[in-house]
Amino acid sequence: MSLKELSSLEKALGLKKPNKYSTQGDRKVPVLQTINGQALVGLVTIATHLVQEAKRPELLGGSAEHKAVVQQWLEYRVTKVDGCHKEDIKTILKDLNSYLEDKVYLAGNQFTLADTLMYYGIHHVIVDLAVQEKEKYMNMTRWFDHVQHYPSVRHHLPPVVVLRNRVYTSGHH
Amino acid sequence: MKLFVSDGNPHCVKVLAVLEFTGVKCDVKHVNHEERVVPYLSRPALPALLLPSGTHLFSPNSICQYLIELNGQESSDIVNQWLEWEATELQPAVMHALHMVVLQGKGAETPRVLQGPLSYLDQSLSQRTTLFLTAEMVSVADVVLWAALYPILSDSSLVSGNQTLQLWFERVGMLAACVSAAQTVLQGKGLKAESLKTYLQRQPTTHHGQGQVQGRGTQPCNSPEGDDDDCVLSEEEIQSAAVTWGKGLTDLPMVPERQHPILPQEGKRNVLVTSALPYVNNVPHLGNIIGCVLSADVFARYGRLRGWNVLYVCGTDEYGTATENKAREEGLTAQQICDKYHAVHASIYQWFQVDFDFFGRTTTKKQTEIAQNIFWRLHERGFLLEDIVEQLRCEACQRFLADRFVEGTCPFCSYPEARGDQCDKCGKLINAVELREPTCKVCSQTPVVQSSKHLFLDLPKLEAELEQWLERSTGSGDWTANAKQITRSWVRDGLKPRCITRDLKWGTPVPHPDFSDKVFYVWFDAPIGYLSITANYTDQWEKWWKNPQQVELYNFMAKDNVPFHSVVFPCSLLGAQDNYTLVNHLVATEYLNYEDTKFSKSRGVGVFGDMAKDTGIPSDVWRFYLLYLRPEGQDSAFSWVDMATKNNSELLNNLGNFINRAGMFVSKFFESCVPAMALQQEDKRLLAQVGWELKQYINLMDRVKIRDALKCILNISRHGNQYIQVNEPWKKIKGDETDRQRSGTVTGVSVNVACLLSVMLQPYMPTVSHTIRQQLNAPPSVTGTLLQGTGNFVCSLPAGHHIGTVSPLFQKLESEQIESLKKRFGGQQPKTTAQPDVNAQPATTPASDPAAQTAVNGADAERARELTLAVAEQAEKVRTLKGQKAEKTVIGAEVTKLLELKKQLSLAEGKDPEPVLTKGKKNAQPATTPASDPAAQTAVNGADAERARELTLAVAEQVTWGGNKCNELGIRGETMEV
Repeated sequence: MSLKELSSLEKALGLKKPNKYSTQGDRKVPVLQTINGQALVGLVTIATHLVQEAKRPELLGGSAEHKAVVQQWLEYRVTKVDGCHKEDIKTILKDLNSYLEDKVYLAGNQFTLADTLMYYGIHHVIVDLAVQEKEKYMNMTRWFDHVQHYPSVRHHLPPVVVLRNRVYTSGHH
Repeated sequence: MKLFVSDGNPHCVKVLAVLEFTGVKCDVKHVNHEERVVPYLSRPALPALLLPSGTHLFSPNSICQYLIELNGQESSDIVNQWLEWEATELQPAVMHALHMVVLQGKGAETPRVLQGPLSYLDQSLSQRTTLFLTAEMVSVADVVLWAALYPILSDSSLVSGNQTLQLWFERVGMLAACVSAAQTVLQGKGLKAESLKTYLQRQPTTHHGQGQVQGRGTQPCNSPEGDDDDCVLSEEEIQSAAVTWGKGLTDLPMVPERQHPILPQEGKRNVLVTSALPYVNNVPHLGNIIGCVLSADVFARYGRLRGWNVLYVCGTDEYGTATENKAREEGLTAQQICDKYHAVHASIYQWFQVDFDFFGRTTTKKQTEIAQNIFWRLHERGFLLEDIVEQLRCEACQRFLADRFVEGTCPFCSYPEARGDQCDKCGKLINAVELREPTCKVCSQTPVVQSSKHLFLDLPKLEAELEQWLERSTGSGDWTANAKQITRSWVRDGLKPRCITRDLKWGTPVPHPDFSDKVFYVWFDAPIGYLSITANYTDQWEKWWKNPQQVELYNFMAKDNVPFHSVVFPCSLLGAQDNYTLVNHLVATEYLNYEDTKFSKSRGVGVFGDMAKDTGIPSDVWRFYLLYLRPEGQDSAFSWVDMATKNNSELLNNLGNFINRAGMFVSKFFESCVPAMALQQEDKRLLAQVGWELKQYINLMDRVKIRDALKCILNISRHGNQYIQVNEPWKKIKGDETDRQRSGTVTGVSVNVACLLSVMLQPYMPTVSHTIRQQLNAPPSVTGTLLQGTGNFVCSLPAGHHIGTVSPLFQKLESEQIESLKKRFGGQQPKTTAQPDVNAQPATTPASDPAAQTAVNGADAERARELTLAVAEQAEKVRTLKGQKAEKTVIGAEVTKLLELKKQLSLAEGKDPEPVLTKGKKNAQPATTPASDPAAQTAVNGADAERARELTLAVAEQVTWGGNKCNELGIRGETMEV
């Protein structure tokens, strides 16, 4: 799963030479063998490394604050979203929804690696949501739709139709 | 920059260590584990770092990385890798291990859980030639990993081997930053820190699946009723429970009889409890009752049981426009209205057994004296400002018009029947003077705009002092999260001067000669009611209200009332500089809905205080269900079916069943005489379980978590039922001598648990509590002993004690009975019948098709689709007409059609048609003729009130503070009422 993500990320970053990955442990944590013989372990670590390799540091955030926010959501993806229990999914959706209420992307106004990996990680949840649920988590859905249409992000995943077109909103609220 | 940490939370060790290590300057604030610092996360997340930009960081590792980065160090791949490993691999294992060691006492099993990650770390370290994880120098990775391992590795007995790891751990641990962080958070005690245990107990049970990807369905899962997160008891806890039990009742003085007047006493905990003053002109509904008077009653009763010196005062809030209005409607004087409704309120609360020490009212001489005194003190100290306010005045009626007395054309959407504070059509808030073609609702004359001079409380001048006080009070007291949040947002937006006078007759007169025809604005006046009501109770009221050193003040209210109690009223008192007692604990509830809709007097939806007794359901059961539902932390909904379920399952089958069985065994098998008890391990275990729940109960109640504490009571009787079920005393009584003895022990222990329950129940169900104690013939000193300190579950009915006559406590609520009540109180809306039950939410099978969803709601999807199109067409038509500047009457007719279509659509979709709309239609008469039918009039006002409620909170956060926004009055009517 995470290997597909990494290969999509490579394409999105425009890296020419695809890397070779292996996995370790029960959780199939990705491992990247780098040129200098060092092995990098972990999805976030490798993805961060790839971004640097592609010379796209802006995807990791500009200021110290920005970087920390990006790191935080990357960590959230691998600790909270991955392997989450059914009963936690709603909390995650609710929290993301209220967080994204006044933001375009996870780190504010700028697209970052956090958006890409969160999108990959939460895709399977969104696919299964009913229309009503998507509307309930309107901000999160709006973000998701935005990211899936962001140039060259969506590679290995099918697009999700997220919003119902309303002919007329009931408009009392 | 501000860092929020909580004691005993091991994640906080990391960030504090890194903070000190980097030397970055930052405020550190210690908060409770439950404090929700990060507004968008539904569960508390600590530590959290609030950045100057307003951004929150809530991941400990990201906070550490950020601090390091501020210090000018970039993190490398290898540092990132260790941090990721820590978060995904090490942390889950450590938390699992801590849970086992600290809460379950299973230290021996920790190596199994931790072995994997520890040996991985050990190996990685041995392969390196550097002193630390990534270099010769300490990096953020070292500090983070050290801190994660600190609680575990500081106890050398837990994990052995891993020598390189041990050396590295000691090396990092020598850093001053690490030592002091461990000291701050865990008192340097590692695993043995009491605060760590408290922290772990509050954590939701972690899923120890080690990150396995679980089923990916998104079927909403029904969390099981009551989290039966059984505490796991250690051997010591079981033994100590048995020792406590053996102590029996002490000769501690009983809870003394109350002697009025109750006054603060030296050396006692003096607790002053107030409940928001209910507004007099209406009958309170269940939401009002649970929101303040009942919640405060439970806490006051609990405090008395604990032996605190409690005074609980409340009363009706009687001044203001709404009263004048009501008086006009009913053809009475304002005073007559107040007298009539004060009595109504008093009798309702009496039926609900709300045990006020004094229930007064605001229309008294004391109110005038105290309010005027505070006014003059504020005036003398320069905290009052004068300003001119423009208001509508009706010359025919000879008075200024409050918002709800004006109607006119909406300046925004030209709706002809907009009210003085708000337009029903476009929903915008309106300043009454902006209405086009305004008319007086009483006489239909056109009012004129007149300037009038008013007084304002200079809040900006008091802001600094207020903030200082808030910091102290919220830091040390038990403020609910919503109270803190609402207060914070008011203060953050900056305070503006606030008008304290009104051009009304029914109010406390302003004593200043320049303002002689004015009265105090009710928000200024009403909270002073707490003081004046106390003054009517005792001449020595100042011993409570001017005594912050000795008195602790608890204010109970619903959340819409928070700003008045946390910002505005404290400012009045601070400005008066008279050593007033200010609130220490502000306890605010969320809202209670009715069957997933709102309580509405005008639509006849919901149960109102005076109707509750007509249902034939006992007051205690009402109290129980309302408290079980108490909107603590989030809105909740009253539902008849659920009430029946809770009555039948919790009260009848669980609590009542246990208490009754315990008593029956004593009377049937042992001639009503408590048998001798020889405790075995299993019995001691029960004692420990019950003792633990009792401690939780006290812990929760002390912090005013009233609903959560009720769950402890139910847990105890659940344990008790299981205990009886497993031990089968009714069979053993027929067996040999050993069996009979066993039967005696189980019966004796059970009846003692029942006795404990009667005491714990007292705040919630006073009558039932009394009945149980009578049936068990319990000694009066039980109430005093069992709830002292952190709770003592002692044997209070020793062998040989004679009990009284036992009889069942609760009755079943039958479904026919409930159905008929539901019909009776459901209102006339067709939707109430179509509304699915709370328990039968269609959500269990998420319908992906919107049409299917509507069908589930029992409505016609096809019709809805047709109507949607029709509505769109009609809306377009209206827009076109408006665009062409067509005749007003023509547009009006088309608008009416549109509204009708929308209403039909709502019904077809199975939604509640917007109440305002319905009224709009009913009222579609020429705007100049006021509704002549008094019923229709009330309906309109009722709808207004409903609307105001919806908007109160939104408005509360952004109301223009200046008095020239007349819409404040409409809001106030609600805010003091709830």
